[in-house]
Amino acid sequence: MNYKHSLFLICLLIFCSCKQEVHLYKIEGQQINISDSLTSSSEIEDFIKPYRDNVNKNLDSILAYAVDTYSKSDGEYNTAIGNMMADAVYEEANPVFKSRTGEDIDFVLLNHGGIRAIISKGSVTTRTAYEIMPFENSTVVVKLKGEQVQELIDYLVKAKRAHPISKLNIVLDADGNLESAGLNGKPIDFTKTYNVATNDYLYNGGDRMDFFKTNDSLYVLDYKIRNVLIDYFKKTDTLNPVIDNRFIQLNN
Amino acid sequence: MKRRDFIQQTAAASALIGLGGMGLTSFAPATKKITILHTNDVHSHIDAFGPDDGRNPNQGGVSRRATLIANIRKENPNTLLLDAGDIFQGTPYFNYYGGELEFKLMSMLKYDVATIGNHDFDNGIDGLFAQLPHAKFDFVSANYDFSNTILDTHVKPYKILVKDGIKIGIFGLGIELNGLVEQRMYKETKYLDPTETAQEMTRILKQDEHCDLIICLSHLGYNYRNRPEKISDLKLAETTKDIDLIIGGHTHTFLKKPTVVKNSEGKNLLVNQVGCYGINLGKIDFYFDADKNKSANGTSIIV
Repeated sequence: MNYKHSLFLICLLIFCSCKQEVHLYKIEGQQINISDSLTSSSEIEDFIKPYRDNVNKNLDSILAYAVDTYSKSDGEYNTAIGNMMADAVYEEANPVFKSRTGEDIDFVLLNHGGIRAIISKGSVTTRTAYEIMPFENSTVVVKLKGEQVQELIDYLVKAKRAHPISKLNIVLDADGNLESAGLNGKPIDFTKTYNVATNDYLYNGGDRMDFFKTNDSLYVLDYKIRNVLIDYFKKTDTLNPVIDNRFIQLNN
Repeated sequence: MKRRDFIQQTAAASALIGLGGMGLTSFAPATKKITILHTNDVHSHIDAFGPDDGRNPNQGGVSRRATLIANIRKENPNTLLLDAGDIFQGTPYFNYYGGELEFKLMSMLKYDVATIGNHDFDNGIDGLFAQLPHAKFDFVSANYDFSNTILDTHVKPYKILVKDGIKIGIFGLGIELNGLVEQRMYKETKYLDPTETAQEMTRILKQDEHCDLIICLSHLGYNYRNRPEKISDLKLAETTKDIDLIIGGHTHTFLKKPTVVKNSEGKNLLVNQVGCYGINLGKIDFYFDADKNKSANGTSIIV
């Protein structure tokens, strides 16, 4: 060990002996509510303002007019708002799908739980689309064999929920069993393969729609459901969706 | 703790702090106080809830939180501000700006460290990466292996900060992404076992780095009553050692007060979570003293 090293060691020893050992002896914990009794920081408020103004300007721009208030709880096996959503997916996504693949979407299936808000009577804005669909879920087209289409129909018959559908028809008998199922009024050929439009949440097993797992192919449109709605609202001057007979139960 | 004990302890503590200030006129005060402030699951809630909100009227808001934090920092400059993840997704601010405003505001509020929640992948790992230049604070995650992703080297397993000579080690833990986030969003991110990772982190921070205080920023979730096998903050607290505080997120748990848990060595630690949407701010004060006698009977916890 040379002179420099020993000097360094001495310094280190002195330094170490000077450093006080600290001991944790007390902890105090509390939760503070952020309430309106606190003054807002004007610096932060000023920073947020242009962002807020831009978002609000966009969100509050009027796209369409709703004749009535539409809720997903109005209707037993199909609802006006659900029908509108499924039909919008067909109308907006099919041209995109066709231009890229040359094929048509055969039918649409969404989920009842995916309708997150009502449409209130009056002005329909971009904000309405965000309220109905706050998530970033996108439209996908799944190629399903007849066997899986059968599973899909069995699922809907069993679920007895107003999952939004378009182009597909299901009739239950008085006992709640399947009476008939069709596509555009024609019977389904279960030996064929069908293009089913849905969202990526359901494709990935959401709501236990496991029939999507066994598929021939997946086509990702990169088209968010919310943007489908926004485009549909822009195109439609007056929203007037109705409960129809696409999914019904027969009386005795 | 009974109210009587609480009052006595507080009185004793104040008396000691007073004595410390008067008695020791040398270079350092005898007592040191580190304040940890924390949020979780703010989910893009930048504006306060309006007066007509059905659940949280007039609650939250970043600009109010800013005032509160500034006041606390004025009182104690040795304050750290932490977030336990799910900064993103929940209001159109995120849909419009992809998290830019969230990160910019957190930078203005001088956040020190945050961890990553599952919703922070909502615009994909690329979406998160794209917003990182707006964050003037660090991200820690010890059990997400990002080495085959764009986030490699941008997220550290832990961070050590020194305040008033007190060495504070902070490591991050994230929830299992498989089944929660689509794989195309998190890409090649590998999920490592949180308990094993925590043991590794505490070994580094305690034995190698000699930290005085070890904090785990977790997005694992507070507790899963119906799934006792699932890893949670309470479970992690019980099965590890050397962690002083677990700041949690994910389950949006509103606690009346921080939970005191005994770790694998029988020592007490705190687990806390403050609900969601920036409605509350957590505040934990740690008091240190050079006098070993004071901590001889264990650390007193007042919650």
